[in-house]
Amino acid sequence: MSARRPFSAGGAVSPAAEGSPSRRRFLAVAGTAAVAAALAGCKGTSTEEFLQRNFRELSKEEVREVIARLEREYSAKFHRKVRVGNEPPIPGVLFGYALDLSRCVGCRRCVYACVKENNPSRQPQIQWIRVLQMDKDKGVDLQHATPYYDPEKVPEEGHFYMPVQCHQCKNPPCVKVCPVKATWKEPDGITVIDYNWCIGCRYCMAACPYGARRFNWDEPHIPPQDLNPETHYFGNRPRYRGVVEKCTFCIQRTRKGLYPACVEICPTGSRKFGNLLDPQSEIRYVLETKRVFLFKEELNTEPRFYYFYGV
Amino acid sequence: MGIRGGDWIRRQRLGGVPAWGALLAACFAASWLGAQTPPPRETAPTAGEGQPPGAEEIQVPPPPFTEGIFPCTQCHDGKTVPLNTRPRNLVDMHDDVVLRHGTDRWCLDCHSADQRDHLHLVDGRLIGFSESYLLCGQCHGDKLRDWKVGVHGKRTGSWNGQKRYLLCVHCHNPHSPRFAPLKPLPPPVPPKEIVPTKGGTP
Amino acid sequence: MRKENFRLLARFCAGGLRLLFAGSRSYYAWVAFLLALVGVGTLAYLGQLRHGLIQTSMRDQVSWGFYIGNFTFLVGVAAAAVMLVIPAYVYEWKPIKEITLLGEVLAIAALVMCLGFVLVDIGRPDRFWHIIPFVGLLNFPSSLLAWDVLALNGYLGLNGFIVLYLLFSAYTRRPYAKRLVYPLVFLSIPMAVSIHTVTAYLYNGLGARPYWNSAILAPRFLTSAFCSGPAILLILLQILRKQTRLEIKDEAIFKIAELMAYAMGINLFLTAAEAFKEFYTNSQEAVYIRYLYVGYKGHTTLVPFAWASVACGLAAFLLFLIPRTRKNWVTLNAGCVLIYASVYIEKGMGLIIPGLTPDTLGEIYTYRPSSTEFLVAAGIFAVGFLVFTLALKVAVPIMLGEFSLPDPAPKPPR
Repeated sequence: MSARRPFSAGGAVSPAAEGSPSRRRFLAVAGTAAVAAALAGCKGTSTEEFLQRNFRELSKEEVREVIARLEREYSAKFHRKVRVGNEPPIPGVLFGYALDLSRCVGCRRCVYACVKENNPSRQPQIQWIRVLQMDKDKGVDLQHATPYYDPEKVPEEGHFYMPVQCHQCKNPPCVKVCPVKATWKEPDGITVIDYNWCIGCRYCMAACPYGARRFNWDEPHIPPQDLNPETHYFGNRPRYRGVVEKCTFCIQRTRKGLYPACVEICPTGSRKFGNLLDPQSEIRYVLETKRVFLFKEELNTEPRFYYFYGV
Repeated sequence: MGIRGGDWIRRQRLGGVPAWGALLAACFAASWLGAQTPPPRETAPTAGEGQPPGAEEIQVPPPPFTEGIFPCTQCHDGKTVPLNTRPRNLVDMHDDVVLRHGTDRWCLDCHSADQRDHLHLVDGRLIGFSESYLLCGQCHGDKLRDWKVGVHGKRTGSWNGQKRYLLCVHCHNPHSPRFAPLKPLPPPVPPKEIVPTKGGTP
Repeated sequence: MRKENFRLLARFCAGGLRLLFAGSRSYYAWVAFLLALVGVGTLAYLGQLRHGLIQTSMRDQVSWGFYIGNFTFLVGVAAAAVMLVIPAYVYEWKPIKEITLLGEVLAIAALVMCLGFVLVDIGRPDRFWHIIPFVGLLNFPSSLLAWDVLALNGYLGLNGFIVLYLLFSAYTRRPYAKRLVYPLVFLSIPMAVSIHTVTAYLYNGLGARPYWNSAILAPRFLTSAFCSGPAILLILLQILRKQTRLEIKDEAIFKIAELMAYAMGINLFLTAAEAFKEFYTNSQEAVYIRYLYVGYKGHTTLVPFAWASVACGLAAFLLFLIPRTRKNWVTLNAGCVLIYASVYIEKGMGLIIPGLTPDTLGEIYTYRPSSTEFLVAAGIFAVGFLVFTLALKVAVPIMLGEFSLPDPAPKPPR
């Protein structure tokens, strides 16, 4: 039983055993590309799409190519000219959103304005905003809330309404848990998803305390005439089956200085939006003068979505 | 209280010119030469022509008049329809207006009795219909404050640029300002009804 | 030297393949049955690939289900190899030492199933390369799933290497290098604990899910792993004793059962502790455990399963604790089945579904696995059993000395 040189057959040892990092990387990529090419081929994924890296790792040139490829694919699919923008965050801007619970009447026009603007699947239905009907005498109590109210007229006696969407938290649990860094916070505060990098593990959906994230369980279906052709890479460009999506504060609009679609459509003016870093902004005025609270504040997600009572 | 207010307004109309009005008249008189003929009573100009003291110019779309109703002086020119400032329920015209705004109110609390194309503030100043927010703001000062900052009411346009304002009356019917309940858009599809399409089997 | 080893390896593989194709009728029947299940599962999975995960019953409100439930349970089974390794190597307890290899083979099979369940659950399996370190972009150390990827594959690699090395050494009639094996085996103890702890942490760290956000989740994972994993092994050992000439002492089996009894006791205690905290405090966080054990707002789907799990676990505990029933083969095997069922429910659907129901906005969606999920899961279990069967078909003859070189392979020159 003398000590001897170990035999290193190691049948179960992973392939990246020896070799320089670049060779190892090449072999690993080639190997996995070969293995998964069959799967990719089944779904009609192009090779460039398959090999595309995380957006943050792409060079400017690669980004241009990706955008061009996406525009080609979308335009072909929807028979319309689709533009995929890549507007960067505006410096000195941190977006904040406030919602007046004393004014929301639960009409759901925000839900459908968002759908019209952001190109989610219509079949199966995906809606980024969920409006909860709650009891006035119970307050914000999720155990007595329902999104399925459907009376003749709203608001119903004794109820108030609380729309919920992505809060673009400062301390987002979804970003923490994503195993491949497919979602991250941009400098202007929006939590974005790289739809071409997400593997669809849905860990972020388990982590989000606000139920803000949606998954494409099926191939998303948008009637071509309902498509909004002004899109952004991180925002409302049409998504794929098997990836996660959520509200992005209408990044395709807000990075151009416009309001999100939900803010504009609200008939009672319950939604307020602006730059938290601008002391003159509406959102700062709301935070400084109204009774503001945070949803599930104890979880310390530090949302950028503030509920307040304006009346 | 409304009747008392009405009395007060009548006293202003029919009585003497109030003291501060004399001062204003003097100012106007001082700019007599080269200026327009000063109006016999103090009026606040309509939006865009100079402001009541303290108000800044706010761009608003035109007020949402019922078709054909404006200018009021089509009928209320002082001759066609006799002036009757007694508070009463109207029967011949404008009986479609249901007044549900506070208690003990009637039309001439806001509408100027003899300058029907204007509204009037509590102190008697006349304002145009496109400045009606000043009138509403007399009682609803907190809402006016919020509205001016951009925090009250429907918000469209640009968060980092020019705000687009609406008049109060674009959303609130001034005669019956409480929002009528509306029909909600359809509820979301519950998860158990989200099923495979195109031949997939569960 | 290398060339010599490669030739031996080639002979080893060829011989192993021959062994796989030479078996009894029951062996062929069993393998055929497993292959059929694999076929059925593959067809179901191809349907899922074609139409998407909408073929499952998972929806936004309950975004993890049967697949992840099975994954979680099987991670526990994989960790169970530790049960045998600890007494065998740490205490040099001979009766267990020889069969530790079987525990490690079980761990490998379980890990293969774990990886299979993860693969069928993700929305974009064609993008699985994103999770490979240095090839994709792994969010280590922030994401617990990243830790899980490293821990599970590391454990798989470690066990795979140990098993293959030990078998190859036995085949070539060369003594294995203790200096290599012992440290690796000792390493596998904390690694086994780590895979289960990491898996527990991936649920535990989510503040959005109060049912999972409890401090004793990780300890509960460990205790349930310790009591369920070896249960399969005990049954398998008895089968192997009957079917092959492998000698497994009674006292080895009874010792494992005794250790399992203690793990079961602690497991029951921790479950009771969890229930006490929730029911007594009766805060809103109790809605989840209520949904599980007594139903909530009229939804009682999980209640019979929850109580079945408790009853089976209690019964198994008593059967294993009392020496008379522990040493009776009928009650022992009954106990194994009972504890397996109990933990399968507790760590499978009994963990995932109450964690997600009611959802973060208070909605209750009653999740029942679809037929696609059952068939795919059956296929993956069949793959695991197949791996285990085929591995043992080669390993057991080696352990018995029946499959080895005629003469010891020449010692390598010093």
